[in-house]
Amino acid sequence: MRVLLFLLSGLLTWSACSSPEKVQSASVAVRFSHNWENTPVSSTDFNTIKFTNENGEMLSIERLRYLVSNVILTSANNETYELSPYQLVNLGEEEVTIESNEVPIGDYKLSFVFGFNDAENIDGSYPDLNTASFNVPGMLGGGYHFMQFDGKYVDQNLAPAGFNYHVIRAVNIENPNNLVFQDTSIKVSLGVVTITATTDIEIKMNIAEWFKNPNTWDLNTLNTVLMPNFDAQILMHQNGKSVFSLGAVHQ
Amino acid sequence: MKNSCIFLLAIFLLMQCTSKDTTVYTPVPYDLEIPRLFADKLIAPVIPANNPLTEEGVALGKKLFFDKKLSGNNTQSCATCHSPQKSFTNNRQFSEGIQGILGTRNSMPLFNLAWNFDERFAWDGKELSLERQALEPVKNPIEMHANWETVAEKLQASPEYPDLFLQAFGSSEIDSVLITRALAQFERTLISGNSKFDRYLNGETTLTPQESAGFNVFMDEAKGDCFHCHGSDNNPLWTDNKFHNNGLDSNFSDLGLGAVTGDTNDNGKFRSPSLRNLRFTAPYMHDGRFATLDEVIQHYSEGLQPSATIDPLMKKVNQGGVGLSLQEKANLKAFLLSLSDPDFINNPAFRE
Ligand code: HEC
Ligand code: HEC
Repeated sequence: MRVLLFLLSGLLTWSACSSPEKVQSASVAVRFSHNWENTPVSSTDFNTIKFTNENGEMLSIERLRYLVSNVILTSANNETYELSPYQLVNLGEEEVTIESNEVPIGDYKLSFVFGFNDAENIDGSYPDLNTASFNVPGMLGGGYHFMQFDGKYVDQNLAPAGFNYHVIRAVNIENPNNLVFQDTSIKVSLGVVTITATTDIEIKMNIAEWFKNPNTWDLNTLNTVLMPNFDAQILMHQNGKSVFSLGAVHQ
Repeated sequence: MKNSCIFLLAIFLLMQCTSKDTTVYTPVPYDLEIPRLFADKLIAPVIPANNPLTEEGVALGKKLFFDKKLSGNNTQSCATCHSPQKSFTNNRQFSEGIQGILGTRNSMPLFNLAWNFDERFAWDGKELSLERQALEPVKNPIEMHANWETVAEKLQASPEYPDLFLQAFGSSEIDSVLITRALAQFERTLISGNSKFDRYLNGETTLTPQESAGFNVFMDEAKGDCFHCHGSDNNPLWTDNKFHNNGLDSNFSDLGLGAVTGDTNDNGKFRSPSLRNLRFTAPYMHDGRFATLDEVIQHYSEGLQPSATIDPLMKKVNQGGVGLSLQEKANLKAFLLSLSDPDFINNPAFRE
């Protein structure tokens, strides 16, 4: 016991003396916010048909969850700090924050991947994502959803109808015995952020962009069963590139 | 400072000595056997820190689960509505209480409950843990209609129970807290993970062509599209344990989750049940409205009813659904039946 106390106090004094010499690490927090053309969107906005997309359809959001991976800070001399290997963001549930205390103070480029790139999109191998039922069926090559965005839109008969804007790795299933894939994960670079002692970074998703840029999305033609639709996945991939941007950075 | 340190140290040493001398019975930790598939694919089950599983606690919980003393007139046990042979439900549309009064919900099968990560139990999620859930049926006037004090007294007066509680919890003072803890421990051991489909996934057997065609209907977004809510080969729970309106009604006589949250957007939403053990658990849905799986499949194929809260995953609602062919329906049914686990209902550890 006495030996233990001795060791413990030794450790304490040692760490107290040595820490000023180390490079000072910051505490970094990254969180995701959501908006529709700058109007904030949270789960309290769900279930009401109150958004209008670029093509003029009125729509509601009932579920919106997506996957980001390789959330990385890269320094000017190309040192990288991975803040998170992957993270499921679910608007309908508690806000998630990615945190790290390992990054030295300085300027960094912030980047992440929307979805999983091919190498990491390994079927069934992430228990938390399996538990969240985020998988893609084996008949579509397996792996994981990049986004599950479900809601209702007002169709051409002015009746509400469901849409399932599900983003996955594009797959051509014409020949079920020879699936052809295209990696449609999106590398998102958000520019340079300055990391000081405590830094809180906001990543913004403008949900309207999924329907807008460069492809004006027509929910009357592309509403459900989009997972096996190779061309639809390419359009989503193109629109997804302008969805994210850097928000407020608080020091 | 120095003195108080020595004082604390002395107390600490003293504690060490006393604990060695006393003979408080320590229950043996229960080794929960988690199926390999679950361990590989899912995060760890929920075992609350204040109610760890022990051999003694589980055995006591089992005894209580089958004991009719828990009801007002000693005619019903939990097993009356949750029978092991029926995957811990019964085959009645609505369950009958001790006075013969019918409830409004279909009894639920009990298995893999520790994998309900949000711990929202019952069809509408109104019960927030297994411990708390177990309080309800005992005092429910149209179920076991007892009074917890009386139940505790009955058990206290019995020759065996005080000792069993002492061994399980270190106290022979029986009350609702310890009774529900024991029941919850037993319930967490009810694991079903050995269906034909599990064995197929483990490489121990093969599916018939019809079963595997049915699995494809289940997984095909243009056909069944069942996997978005009911699990898959990568989620062997065969449920998401979330709340959805799967299109049973346009007007709701039972608001489900909506009555619990008070949010009209939740009206008509119920928790997705697991599709394991359907062979034993008819009738189906929260109100037991479907007597057969054929009726369930018919519902999803062409019986969908529109409403404001119907889940957007329900497709072609204005036509009643996507319209599966007769062959697809038969295949889907064959697949669903492959999720049933006879070992579970025959497990002697779960029998009275
Ligand atoms: C009279 C029939 C009846 C009796 C007796 C009964 N139950 Fe139930 N049980 C039900 C019904 C009906 C439900 C569904 C309730 C609802 O959704 O409102 C249910 C639901 C449950 C659930 C929720 C399962 C889930 O997945 O959410 C658990 C756990 C449970 N019962 C345990 C017990 C225990 C423990 C006892 C004995 C103390 C018991 N029941 C006695 C009829 C009964
Ligand atoms: C949007 C989510 C969702 C989808 C998709 C879905 N279900 Fe369900 N399922 C539910 C919910 C919720 C219930 C319970 C509804 C109730 O009782 O009110 C249910 C109930 C069932 C039941 C009754 C089980 C029991 O124990 O009573 C079966 C069987 C079933 N579903 C099979 C299927 C099949 C087969 C498919 C695909 C054709 C499917 N489900 C698609 C959510 C879904």
